[in-house]
Amino acid sequence: MRLAEAWRVALGALRANRLRSGLTMLGVVIGVAAVVVLVAIGTGTRHEVERQVEGLGSNLLLVFPGEASISAAPAVSRLTLADADAVTRVVGDRNRVAVQIASGETVRAGTASRFTSVLGVLDTTPNVFVRELRRGTYLTRSDVDTARRVAVLGARVAEELFGDRDPIGQQITIAGVRFRVVGLFAPAGPSLGIDRDDQVHIPVTTAHRLLGTDRIDALAVRAPDRERIHELGDQIVAELARRHPDSEFSAVTQEEIIGVLGDILGILTWVLAAIAGISLLVGGVGVSNIMLVSVRERVREIGLRKAVGARNRDIGLQFLLEAVMLTSIGGLLGIGLGIGAALLAAELSPVPAAVTWWSMALAFGVSAAVGIVFGVVPAQRAARLDPVTALRSE
Amino acid sequence: MSETGGSTPAAIEAVGISRTYRMGEGSVPALRGVSLRIEPGDYVAVVGPSGSGKSTLMHLLGGLDRPTEGRLVIGGEEVGKLTENQLARLRNRTIGFVFQSFHLLPRTSAVENVALPLVYRGVPARTRRQRAAAMLGQVGLAHRLDHRPNQLSGGEQQRVAIARALVTDPSVLLADEPTGNLDSATGEAVLALLEQLNQSSGVAVVLVTHDREVAQRARRQIVIRDGRILE
Repeated sequence: MRLAEAWRVALGALRANRLRSGLTMLGVVIGVAAVVVLVAIGTGTRHEVERQVEGLGSNLLLVFPGEASISAAPAVSRLTLADADAVTRVVGDRNRVAVQIASGETVRAGTASRFTSVLGVLDTTPNVFVRELRRGTYLTRSDVDTARRVAVLGARVAEELFGDRDPIGQQITIAGVRFRVVGLFAPAGPSLGIDRDDQVHIPVTTAHRLLGTDRIDALAVRAPDRERIHELGDQIVAELARRHPDSEFSAVTQEEIIGVLGDILGILTWVLAAIAGISLLVGGVGVSNIMLVSVRERVREIGLRKAVGARNRDIGLQFLLEAVMLTSIGGLLGIGLGIGAALLAAELSPVPAAVTWWSMALAFGVSAAVGIVFGVVPAQRAARLDPVTALRSE
Repeated sequence: MSETGGSTPAAIEAVGISRTYRMGEGSVPALRGVSLRIEPGDYVAVVGPSGSGKSTLMHLLGGLDRPTEGRLVIGGEEVGKLTENQLARLRNRTIGFVFQSFHLLPRTSAVENVALPLVYRGVPARTRRQRAAAMLGQVGLAHRLDHRPNQLSGGEQQRVAIARALVTDPSVLLADEPTGNLDSATGEAVLALLEQLNQSSGVAVVLVTHDREVAQRARRQIVIRDGRILE
């Protein structure tokens, strides 16, 4: 029997039992769709994280106390503005160095208030990180030098405190101290779990006075070029270690952050795909089950086919193709459903989803393979039937 | 082609064939040392009560089963020496089956049912349909090509089965109680058709039946009882 003929026979058998074929296929459809959707979400999340890290700005070097490891406990910072000046001397350009001290504070304007993240920063921050202003101006060098009580509001903070009103020139209080709003950030979106719209920037010197400290949490440096970024990082860490012999410091680049996060999310994606694969396996068991029922039901047909000249191989091929066709069609439908669900999820929820060709190819390949694996036993059973017994059965 | 006596080679020749079925500990003999010859163009009735072994004999003569003892030659080939695939090929080329319960594929048109043996011979689809349609014409069903079995009467279904048996141009047609599920008038028409095809195409017809009246229409009768041939 020719292969094309066998396909036709298999398709005919599936058509003859539409409801049963459909329900059997459904198991495979769901399994494949789950693989496609979960891989899409995993991949999309990874892309989103990479985009956010890159959105911080290019050639960025983040310097902080302690070890650069996911498992390391956060270290208490012993850095001060004097260290920032030392780093500036290493870098050779004040405009490339930013510092930060963060504190959660309640910010009020009239009767409105919001608990938000208040960051003490240098006027150089917009040169190092990508931050756009919508209105007003950013902090100036003289604001920092004279510790003025001026603030730049994140988009969400401004909306919460002032609604549609223009906040520029308005008074606010931070931890009970009065500040004047000089600038308003354009919405920036989240980055690495930090909502950059839910922030207030004030001069680092003012923050020190407000918080009663002279520490800074971390430094960020924008390297002049990509090639020398690691060298620069090493120099900065060496300089800080010289100044604080009993402390450890780390400098990481965006690529390193992306690399670590990408590895974690890659593993996560595979775990999700494997879990979805289990449902595909269950679908395959369903196919096997139904094929066994189908063989038993069509014993007389098998007997007749053998009587008119079908070889064992012809019968086996017929049933195997039936199983493969069930899972392949199920696989294609599942890919369609998976793409639809992934796009819908990306559209309706904050979950990012990116459908990749390899997840579709993998899902289809696996579903076809499931058909072969779970079709073999029923097909062999059909092929080995004794024609005399088969013809006699009722 | 093996010359096994007589001037022309037999379509089927059995020499002392037995078939024993294993049943748990012991074994049950269904056929004990049967010898017979089916000549080309023969018209033979195999008669016997149920349980006499005539169905077993038909399965052996049709190459669906192998004898446990003896020599069985179908179309010049010794069945005992053939592989399963060769046996399937022998059935496809040499034998046509007609069953009491028709054994048509449901949800499959008459012309496709008739064309089924040609599928396993590798005949292209268009030729298959042409030959199947022509064969249905010969059994008087030219107007029923695309009807499905459940749209046909019992007599029509058996005609489709006969067309299917003959579409490969076999040398022997084995009919197992072909009128058993039909009323007498329809049964009569089916028998008349078999006789007509026997005469026109020269196919040997072996009619297995328990009905003496049906058997008497054959050119000769083989009576079987308790697994042995009586006359």
